[in-house]
Amino acid sequence: MTLHLPKRLAIVLVVLLAALALFPLWGKLVFAAKFAFLMQKLTGIMILAILAMSLDLLVGVAGLVSLGHAAFFGLGGYVLAMMSPQYEAANLWVVLPAALAVCALASLVVGYLSIRTSGIYFIMVTLAFGQMGYYFFNDSKAAGGSDGAYIYVKPTVEAFGITVLDLEQKLTFFYVALGVLVGVYALLRMLLASPFGRVLGAIGVNEYRVQGLGFNPMVYKLVAFTIAGTLAGLGGFLAATQYGFVSPAMLGWHQSGHVLVMVILGGMGTLFGPVLGAFILELAHFAFESMTDHWLLPMGAMVIAIVLLLPKGVAGLLLQWSKGKGAGE
Amino acid sequence: MSQSDFILETKELTKVFGGLVANSAVSIGFKEREAHAIIGPNGAGKSTFVNLLTGHLPPSGGQILFKGANIAGLAAHKVTRLGIGRSYQKTNIFPSFSCFENCRLAAQSRLASSMKFFRSASSYKAVSEQAEHALEAAGLTGRSGRVAGTMSYGEQRQLEIAMVLATAPQVLVLDEPLAGMGKEESEHMVGLLRDLARRYTLILVEHDMDAVFAIAQTLSVMVNGTLLESGPLDQIRSSKAVQDAYLGDGAEAY
Amino acid sequence: MDVWFFLIQLLNGVQYGLLLFLVASGLTLIFGIMGIINLAHGAFYMLGAYLAWWLAGLTGSLVAAVVLSLPLAALVGYVIEALLVRTLYKRDHLDQVLLTYGLILIFNEAQRILWGNDVHGIAMPTAVNWSVRLTETLSYPVYRVILSGICAALAVVMYVVIAKTRFGMWVRAGASNRDMVAALGINVKLLFGVVFAVGAALAGLAGAISTPISSVAPGMGDTVLILCFVVVVIGGVGSVKGAFLGAMLIGLADTFGKVFVPDFASFTVYGVMAAVLLWKPRGLFA
Repeated sequence: MTLHLPKRLAIVLVVLLAALALFPLWGKLVFAAKFAFLMQKLTGIMILAILAMSLDLLVGVAGLVSLGHAAFFGLGGYVLAMMSPQYEAANLWVVLPAALAVCALASLVVGYLSIRTSGIYFIMVTLAFGQMGYYFFNDSKAAGGSDGAYIYVKPTVEAFGITVLDLEQKLTFFYVALGVLVGVYALLRMLLASPFGRVLGAIGVNEYRVQGLGFNPMVYKLVAFTIAGTLAGLGGFLAATQYGFVSPAMLGWHQSGHVLVMVILGGMGTLFGPVLGAFILELAHFAFESMTDHWLLPMGAMVIAIVLLLPKGVAGLLLQWSKGKGAGE
Repeated sequence: MSQSDFILETKELTKVFGGLVANSAVSIGFKEREAHAIIGPNGAGKSTFVNLLTGHLPPSGGQILFKGANIAGLAAHKVTRLGIGRSYQKTNIFPSFSCFENCRLAAQSRLASSMKFFRSASSYKAVSEQAEHALEAAGLTGRSGRVAGTMSYGEQRQLEIAMVLATAPQVLVLDEPLAGMGKEESEHMVGLLRDLARRYTLILVEHDMDAVFAIAQTLSVMVNGTLLESGPLDQIRSSKAVQDAYLGDGAEAY
Repeated sequence: MDVWFFLIQLLNGVQYGLLLFLVASGLTLIFGIMGIINLAHGAFYMLGAYLAWWLAGLTGSLVAAVVLSLPLAALVGYVIEALLVRTLYKRDHLDQVLLTYGLILIFNEAQRILWGNDVHGIAMPTAVNWSVRLTETLSYPVYRVILSGICAALAVVMYVVIAKTRFGMWVRAGASNRDMVAALGINVKLLFGVVFAVGAALAGLAGAISTPISSVAPGMGDTVLILCFVVVVIGGVGSVKGAFLGAMLIGLADTFGKVFVPDFASFTVYGVMAAVLLWKPRGLFA
């Protein structure tokens, strides 16, 4: 768990964030024909980064390796799809709280049942619950079954009858995603520094000792699981809004594994690491795909190389660099 | 001796693992502000007894009275909140955290609730002060910034004690605080424990007899899961039964 | 419900369970002895199936193809252990998950490069392409009986090797206490390499012999992998006995789930697992 960012690193991250925020300006000049596609791509990556950060709270901070986290991501999306009228816009102030509430409740129940186990058993129980969610939507006809469901009109964001944000606008939605990304990062940073976050981080290091100090680890894990599940639902809600489509694959173990890879690859417990992981993995995917049909090959090689060469992920490398030479742990 | 003399007392405390009786009807009373050592050969059931006292194991039978209330079967985190703090035989700290953060976290456990999400934990002044005091009392002043895992073994054992102190306990249960220490480190720790014995009720499990005699006023001897004898230092020292069973030939085992 | 129909489903469930056991036993041993979570284990199942399909095309004989694919799968397993997995023994489980995830990607792509995206099937050899008639309308294909026989025979061989031989003693020692193996002066490198190779060979064999009754398709390894993880976790990680019981349970749950609750068929397997783990959080034999 990293509580304070070294100055050099903070500067690098702010520069990267600024580059991303200004992409609508410089991207048009550099990429011209591909600009629209890249805007969509980057928006999608930011949403995945939100999901990755929420998983980091579990994996990197509390030491709870969930392989079913995408289920809450998909659930958030499905709530939007189910609540949207067929050819009309839903009201964001209704559907968003509803999606978050459903995800909070679902993660509370799944968390309550899962945290009784630990280690590889926790990995597998969360996988099982994730797959149950996957098959629930895959087999249910009301939710479109394996074909998924469409959201034809994006929800409206109104205040006093005036449209505040038009989510149909690609540029607006890009900044909405960016805003949520930064907001969720700030929220999680605040959580990690709070008394709750300190206990959670300690559980990730030495759960037995935490109990010996007078904390009940189960309660903290359950709250963390619920917070992470709700934030994942927020990500899923955004993803469903962006693509206008939800499918069972959003909940499946491939998606969960994919996000877990982002977290580990980026650097667990650092929050910014998983965000970098999301960008690196997705952009590498995109780059390899445009080079060769057999893009999985370089992708797999890249993942293996990072495991072998960077045991603490990309964030570990950056942290070491920013602390300067000789500064170890 | 009337019952009210005891701050903590076990009555017929029993623990059975499968068919093995680890503690059999152990009744010991611990007086307030007294240093009470529990000794006995390996496998006598001392560790089990400590784990029962602190809620790390649920007893199979018997009672544990803390200030007259039965706390047997209470979970570990609840026992420590009542004011019974413990240290561990194997160093049990948060090695990646700073020395101070280890103590701060321990002190934080005395907040009514740590389910606080919005304020930075560092801004709770009383908690930080309590942690500072504990570090000072354990002789770790000036070490607060060090990453706990990089400190010397002796310092880590001191930190272990500091963490217990930071939880503001009334009773300290110390499970082999001298385990694995060198001569110099041991002497340092004995001095520290003697100092603590003036202010706290101390329950000490220890193999080092010199240390035990230097710190404790009362001794309980356990053999084969039962209490052999309990009493003032001199009484135990001269007890024939204890010498036969333990201090005599048993001591040669070390 | 017809008794014969029930019996056939029972046989199907047992046969599926036995097949899963072949793959899952390797997975559980690799975790128990080497402490490695091998996500790429399903890839060996896929490798076996593709090798069998490819070699059957070359040799014209399924038996020859199965026999040839066995050492090839073992060899691939051994090489991967020596080149990559070996570097992970001291690492965190998560690093293992990540590296073997990378391996899945490479395996899947290699399969696509070598053998393409098409779904293949192997024709049932005529010698075994007949069925045992049970009633007027119901019969049971003899190949499935043979398949179950091979798996059951291997399970027995595995039991004998583990329970009676010196190698088996090492395996048992390693599964119950990994540090003990090194302390006993056993050649750990060799033991690990052999266990990994045998695990790969068993998974490959399962893939190879199942080709006549199920299609050879991209992604087939992933499905089996997840099911085998379920099996291993139900049984208790590291326990071969547990893997056998877990495999039977999942084989039957899957088969009967499809018959009795077709709408929630895929649900049953995960439901069984969740139920077992809520009852025994560390599996049946741990």
